[in-house]
Amino acid sequence: MKKVEAIVRHFKLEDVKNALTEQGIHGMTVSEVRGFGRQKGHTEMYRGTEYTVDFVPKVKIEVICSDDNLQRVVDTVLKSAQTGQIGDGKIFVHDLHDSIRIRTGETGEDAL
Amino acid sequence: MRHHRALALLMCLVCWIASAGISAAYADDAPTAAEGAADHGSNSAVEQRLNDAALAGNNAWMLTSAALVLFMTAPGLAFFYSGLVRRKNVLGVMMQCLFLMGLMTVIWGLWGYSLAFGGGEGFLGSLIGNFDYAFMNNVKMQNGVAPITVLDNLPDLSFMVFQGMFFIITPALICGAFAERMKFSTMVVFSILWGTFVYCPLAHWVWGGGLLAFGEEGALAGGALDFAGGTVVHISSGVSALLCAILIGRRLGFGHDDMRPHNLTYTAMGAAMLWVGWFGFNAGSAGASNSLAANAFVVTHFSAAAGAIAWAGMEWITRRQASILGTASGAVAGLVCITPASGFVQPMPALVIGLAGGVVCFFACSKLKAKFGYDDSLDAFGVHGVGGTVGAILTGVFATKHVNPDYADGMFYDLQGGTTLMIGQVVAVIVTVVFSLVVTFVILKVLDMAMGLRVSQEEETQGLDLSQHGEEGYIVS
Repeated sequence: MKKVEAIVRHFKLEDVKNALTEQGIHGMTVSEVRGFGRQKGHTEMYRGTEYTVDFVPKVKIEVICSDDNLQRVVDTVLKSAQTGQIGDGKIFVHDLHDSIRIRTGETGEDAL
Repeated sequence: MRHHRALALLMCLVCWIASAGISAAYADDAPTAAEGAADHGSNSAVEQRLNDAALAGNNAWMLTSAALVLFMTAPGLAFFYSGLVRRKNVLGVMMQCLFLMGLMTVIWGLWGYSLAFGGGEGFLGSLIGNFDYAFMNNVKMQNGVAPITVLDNLPDLSFMVFQGMFFIITPALICGAFAERMKFSTMVVFSILWGTFVYCPLAHWVWGGGLLAFGEEGALAGGALDFAGGTVVHISSGVSALLCAILIGRRLGFGHDDMRPHNLTYTAMGAAMLWVGWFGFNAGSAGASNSLAANAFVVTHFSAAAGAIAWAGMEWITRRQASILGTASGAVAGLVCITPASGFVQPMPALVIGLAGGVVCFFACSKLKAKFGYDDSLDAFGVHGVGGTVGAILTGVFATKHVNPDYADGMFYDLQGGTTLMIGQVVAVIVTVVFSLVVTFVILKVLDMAMGLRVSQEEETQGLDLSQHGEEGYIVS
């Protein structure tokens, strides 16, 4: 099993979710995050005082899938989250040891 | 001046009664309408009725105004200020405003009103009021022996409570300077002392027939025009705020940490509430529901409008974007500026005053503060101290007898006479600044020794909400 962590733009969240659902992924976790990479932050001015905002807000989507499905999930996120501009985000893939459905106690891919 | 207005109102009512006829109840007192109208001077019953009618109108407006001025402190100022701090201090600021509504009202009832508006003989009487009205003694439900005897047809209680609302908002304005680091207990004692020893004397000097009252015998340099509290409220609180900011010191991490306003939506709404409440503040200062109140209402509105676009315009020019914080600040700056002038100037000069207020306060908050490096956290000095001073000076320029025949023309209308007025205005500003600074300095030094001004570093880092009040502003689950 793999965990796919995709950090994407806010306005792409809906597209990514729909595309993944079409691919048969029926579960994901989403959180609001802030960070920076190549996309520069910006400056804000309050009554003449300037603040540099380095951390840019993004959305992090976490999806768990079987090893076989990995490429499909990655491709889907790539396609649906891309604008071609700096700041589109990143995808990280982790190996996942196990998953357990709390209601039934099922484990592994059965729990997905 | 109020005599003239009351008289005019009286005449209007006489005409109205004569033309519209009289009610049956009215006929009981006056034999015929024509007789009553033609000979009203000698008919005390008719006069009594007319006075009652005038009182009804005045009282309705003054009680409304009192409520509007209270509305300025909270929610107005509470929102305006609390949006500008970090989220860990949102309650600390709101608490200061809300608590002062309680605290200052109690002080006003016990001795504040008397010290500000009580009579008094000789030199001491020109410095501070006596205890004639302490504990609300001699403050009548009826139109009685109000200290400001020009207020005809208004219950003493209405005047007292209207003035009491000013006593609340003035120390609340200072809270902007020491926001995010002042010890709450010290703030409480400071407000009691400041209200008693700075506000009450100043109010007495300007409105209670003391040292700075225009045209009063023994007034310094002939006294100054201050319709609704440019010196008493704004300059006094503004310069005291600056001193507080300097003596307490900068916030931890000033110039380094992220100190962006945590919720400008509060600030925008708060500014709008202040704008609305200010109609009570300025137009209510006419003391009656008359044409002077209408003038004050209009010029207040015009100045706020001009201030808002002036500050936003300055931002547009200097950084190509107008901000909502700038627009909100500009409106407040315009309101501060017109406060002393509102009973003396016409609408077009009001636009100029608002414009000047917006531009000058913009520079005070963005450039002056940065140059000297003091941490007037929410710009209490930059807006109220500076704006109040600009307003006091411009009152000496644009005051006109067309608006208020009992007072004076400013330099724009009468260069020679206006210069005399201007000297009075400048002297009043200097006296207010020096007096406020000296007394505030003494109060702060004493409190610093007695109880400490500032919370501990740990408490400051934690935030005032938790460290001072044991609560959190935002519990979102």
